[in-house]
Parts: sequence; structure tokens; C-alpha cells
Amino acid sequence: MYCPELISQIKKRFPEFNALSSAENYPDEISIKVSPEIFKDTCLVLHKMLPSPVMALFALDEREKENSFVINCVFVSFKKSKWITVSMDIPQDNPCFDSLAKNMHSATLFEREIWEMFGIEPKGNPDLRRLNLHDEVCPQGNYPLRKDFQRMRAGDLGEYKFSRVEGEGIFEVPVGPVHAGIIGPGHFRFSCAGEPIINLEIRLGFTHRGVEKLFEGKDGSRALKLSECVSGDSSFAHSIAFAQAIEKISETTIPLQAVYLRVIFLELERLYNHVNDIGGAAVDVGFSFPAAYASVIKEALLQLNEKLTASRYLKGINAVGGVLINIDEMKKNLLLESLDKINHGFDALVKMLDSSVSFMDRVDATGVLKRKTAQDLGIVGLVGRACGIPTDLRKYFPGIYKEVKFKMVTQEAGDVLARLRIRELEFKESSRLIKEFVKKLNIGAEFKINPEFKAGSALGYTEGWRGPVLYWLKINSLGLIERCKIVDPSFHNWQGLSYAVLGNIIPDFPLCNKSFDLSYSGNDL
Amino acid sequence: MIPILKNRILKGIVTRHIDQGLREEVESVGVELKSIIQKKFGRSLCLREVDTGSCGGCESEIISANNPIYDLQRFGISFVASPRHADALLVTGPVSRNMLIALKGTFESMPEPKFVITLGDCALDGGCFKDSYYIAGPVKDVLPVALHIPGCPPNPETIIKALLAFLKQL
Repeated sequence: MYCPELISQIKKRFPEFNALSSAENYPDEISIKVSPEIFKDTCLVLHKMLPSPVMALFALDEREKENSFVINCVFVSFKKSKWITVSMDIPQDNPCFDSLAKNMHSATLFEREIWEMFGIEPKGNPDLRRLNLHDEVCPQGNYPLRKDFQRMRAGDLGEYKFSRVEGEGIFEVPVGPVHAGIIGPGHFRFSCAGEPIINLEIRLGFTHRGVEKLFEGKDGSRALKLSECVSGDSSFAHSIAFAQAIEKISETTIPLQAVYLRVIFLELERLYNHVNDIGGAAVDVGFSFPAAYASVIKEALLQLNEKLTASRYLKGINAVGGVLINIDEMKKNLLLESLDKINHGFDALVKMLDSSVSFMDRVDATGVLKRKTAQDLGIVGLVGRACGIPTDLRKYFPGIYKEVKFKMVTQEAGDVLARLRIRELEFKESSRLIKEFVKKLNIGAEFKINPEFKAGSALGYTEGWRGPVLYWLKINSLGLIERCKIVDPSFHNWQGLSYAVLGNIIPDFPLCNKSFDLSYSGNDL
Repeated sequence: MIPILKNRILKGIVTRHIDQGLREEVESVGVELKSIIQKKFGRSLCLREVDTGSCGGCESEIISANNPIYDLQRFGISFVASPRHADALLVTGPVSRNMLIALKGTFESMPEPKFVITLGDCALDGGCFKDSYYIAGPVKDVLPVALHIPGCPPNPETIIKALLAFLKQL
């Protein structure tokens, strides 16, 4: 039991600490309830002690039963492989809480989200502009994630205020939301002095579809379908995280065969996305042959996915309690053969890029994200690892990755090249993992069970190809979802992009952007 | 340079190296498509893509349709960077309220004659997002839609075939 130890450690640093309740609901989850007065300090102590950025910060509307809102702040302890949730109740009249953002930058965006979605004010947060509900189309005073929200009420519309950089010779370049390429919508506003970018403000939310609200009231299997549509290029990672949360709540242990199948498909998703992004870097510097070469490899992987599962984007495979599709002897051979061929092509691709001096010149030392900045912003996943931050759930919450001696890949430089290298090395590592896992498959074994639904709440998580995908779920006694909080790694990492481009020139922006390759839809929800 | 030349020769022309069955289908569809486009649109059909809140799956498949295997461009269909260069607007996603202004603006910027194609299940009726508080769509309520390509997401072959079937009727 880690819980008493943790509490005594917090007490040592913060003598006034007093937990209203604490529990270790699941082997990997600790929840601590505190009073609103000490919530902020408890969070700050955990932030420094673990150390951990805010992995999720979100509200729940419990006014019907408890006459209060609840705020949960989730941290992660890599050392102990635990998720730690600190929560507090906020009275429903004049709901507000002390902002954490001034002391802990990684809480900033989450607080803005709580403010726009629930109308709970983070007192002291210097920036309360709305993220997803744009002022131009959504009147103030609409709080969609409150339980009593029915429909948008009419009201005055406003205008979003971009932060301005002023001075002689400074000019602004607004880009988006409709871009030149075939990509998602986002607005980028560059302030430049001469050629170098001195400020970039990214305005997102254009693909906001109210996903979290849509989850509410759905049962497990219908909601799983929805989780696959949250971010199209990580549909499998999202559905795993979602299914895992439900399985935790219903105390179901899925068959080992299903666990293997899930990681195989998860790594396949990583493969096609990594090669896509390596090709993307070549596209963005106008290096057309390797770009085309990479897209052929991607297509081979997508076709492999289709042959294995009948879905190019690995949709419709996951289910609560296991998976729906098995890998038989024939598919096993197909997978191993194709993987060898694909790896052969991949090596050629990397060699082509590495041997081109002009390509290396474009990516080396471009778009540097400093490690300190990344830590302060709470950057996660692949981008974090490229800055030298050891952060990979596959290492710290290994599960069956332990059996195959998973090796985490990190780089130090934090530039476009480092992110490219991470992708190359992870591609090789993932191919190795798939081969290892395929060996362990037991063709005849059971791969799906039907869990009994229970009420409760839990956190589901998985390391998708971008980084950790988190699903915090609360299920009522009817087996329907009461609240679903999704955190896609893009939500943390978009801020990183606006720091990485500083000092670079606008023509390098597409390259920096592609090296992050963040999801619009996963961020906007 | 040498690795590129080497791989260029080793790889050959992948567009023909696809499965035999698939190859004939794509080829025959494509040749027909090209002649229609040349007859009706002069030389090429230019599309401008707008994402109004899709998950990114449809975009990925549109990009795949342009890869060397399917190579949509060889049939005379190209994607352009500006709506001012486009004959048709290709819309994906269920139309989030935030994208409504940008979507209308993009359509207005296009020169006449112009038409709208929707792609993916979300764009038809909102798909799994249709009950949301933040959906202003579907696209057909906002713009006149001439063609819908179904699928979640439709694969590149479906996209090419649907375009052909539609252009034949014009």
C-alpha cells in the first residue's frame, strides 16, 4: 500500500495537510479528497514532489445529489506507477476556486476549459478567454457540461482578443482556419520582426463537437464507437483507453490473448503514423521522392491493417471486455512477412533522408523546444521524449510490455531532427514489439468476455503514438456514463509548438508543425 | 543522391504494382474519369478541401488517394491550396458552429460555376456527432451539395469511384 506513505510524505512538506478521505480504489490509482482551502497547496506539493505536471484537471457537476461541483486534479507518479487524483467539493452558489495556473503552468488550459464548460471561475487565472466555445458564435453564459444545460441560449456575441506584440517593424501574419493543405482547421497568428517569429498564438477549437457531452447517457458499447471517432489517427488508442476505464470500473480482467491483440494493433497504429510524419517532414521541405516513398509505406501498413481487421484505421476492433477480431495462423504469417518488407523499405527511406545534406540542414536545430520549457508546460509523449524528458506509459506502467523488455527512446536536442529520430527509433522498436507479441499469441484462446457493468469511476490510459491518452469515466448504477473526461496528448503539446517556433522563420513553420503532428479534433473535442 | 537514384530504380513505378484485381479496377475507372474531366472541365478538376470538424480520418484518406499507389492526380483531379482556384469544394466533418463562418466564406470565395461534395458519414447527417449542442450542420443545410461520398472514412478507391460515377451524370 502506497497511500499512507504518500500522505505522510505530503504532510512532511505541508504540515497543514489533512485528507478528508483517501482511498486506493485500484492498484494503480490513489484518490485523495481535501477541503477547498488546502486543495491548491496539496496540488503544488504533489507537483513538486512527484514531480509531475498536471495530467488532467476537470470538473464534475454533482449538484443534483451533493449540491456541489467537484474538481479533480490528476498527477502521475512514474516511480511508483500510480495515478494520484486530488479532489475537492465546491459549493454550487458562486462556484470558484483558487487558480493553480500561476504556480503550475500545466494547469492553465485545463482551468480555462473548466471556466468555459462549467462556469466555475479559477480565481487569479490571468487568461480566461474561451478555448472551444468561440465568442463569435457562442454567447457568454452557456455552460454546456453542466447537467442542466439544455440548449444554447441566445445572448451577446463577443470577439476573441489575440495577444498583440507592438513596436516598430512588427507585423502580424494570420493563417487559417482553412489551410492550404488537406489538414484540420486552426488559426495561427504570427508576430514577426523581420524574418524571425517573435510570437505565435494558436487559436484552436474549430473542430469542437461537444464530444464529452455526447458521451453522457450512453452505454459502454455505444460510447466505445464514439471514442473511435474522437481522433481519427489514434482511434485505436482512444478506444483502448476508454475500454480500459470501463473494465477497471467493472473489475473485469480481460483475457491475455485480448491484451496481446490490443498491443499489436496499438503498435500498428504507431507504425503507420510515424512513417506518415517522417514523410510529412520530407513534404514540408519539398523533398518529393522520399515523401512519396513514405506514403507508399504508409499505404502498405494501412492495407495490412485492412487485411488483418477489415478496417484501415483499426476501427471496430475493440470492445468492452476484449477485442472482436482474432489473429489466426494465416494472418500471423501475413503480418510477419509484411512487417519484414515494410521494415526493409523503411530503412531505405531513413537512409535517403540521412544522406541528403540539404534535408538535414533544414531539420537540424530547427524548432527547438527547450527541456525546461517543455517541463513547465507539461509536454508529454513523443515531443517530451525528444526534449529528453523520460515520459512513456509503456515504460512506467508496463503491463505486458515488461515481457518483451520495452526500450524507451529519448533524444536530447528537442529540435525537428530529434523528433524525427524518435519516430525512426520507435518505428524499429514497435516492429520488434509486434514480432515478440505475435510469438506469444495463442490462436485458440479466448479473446473476449462479457463484463457485468458496475457503478463507479476510474481512469483508463494508454500510450498512443502521440503520447498518453486518458479517459476518466464515471458510470452510474444503470451502466450509463455520467461524465467522461478525455485528455488527448495534443491538448498538452499544442502550447509547446508556439514556443518551439520562436526565432524560426515562417517557412519553417510547416516543418515544425509536422514534427509535432498534433491532432485538432483530439484537442478540441 | 545515390540512395535516391538506387531506390528510384529499385522501386520502379508503384502505381502499377498494386494487386492485380485492384489495379485493373483503378486503371479502368481512372481512364474513363480522365476523359470525362477533359470533356467537361477543360483539362482538370480542381478541388479545395475544408475540414469542418472531422476526426482526421477522412483527411488521411484523401491524402492517401493522392499517394503514388492511387495517384488521383494522373486522372486530372487535383487539390488546390486556394478556393479561388477550385471548381468544387470537398467538405468533411459534421460542421461545428465554429467552422460555419469559415465554411461559408470558403464557398463564397470560389468562382462560378462551383459545386460541393461531401465526404464521410459525419458530413452527411452529423454521424455520431449529430445530437451535439455544437453542430450547425449537416453540410446540406448550409451549402447546396451535389454529391456525397459515404464511409467512415471512405477508402481511396471508394473516393475515386464515387467521383467517376458522379461526373458521368453531369
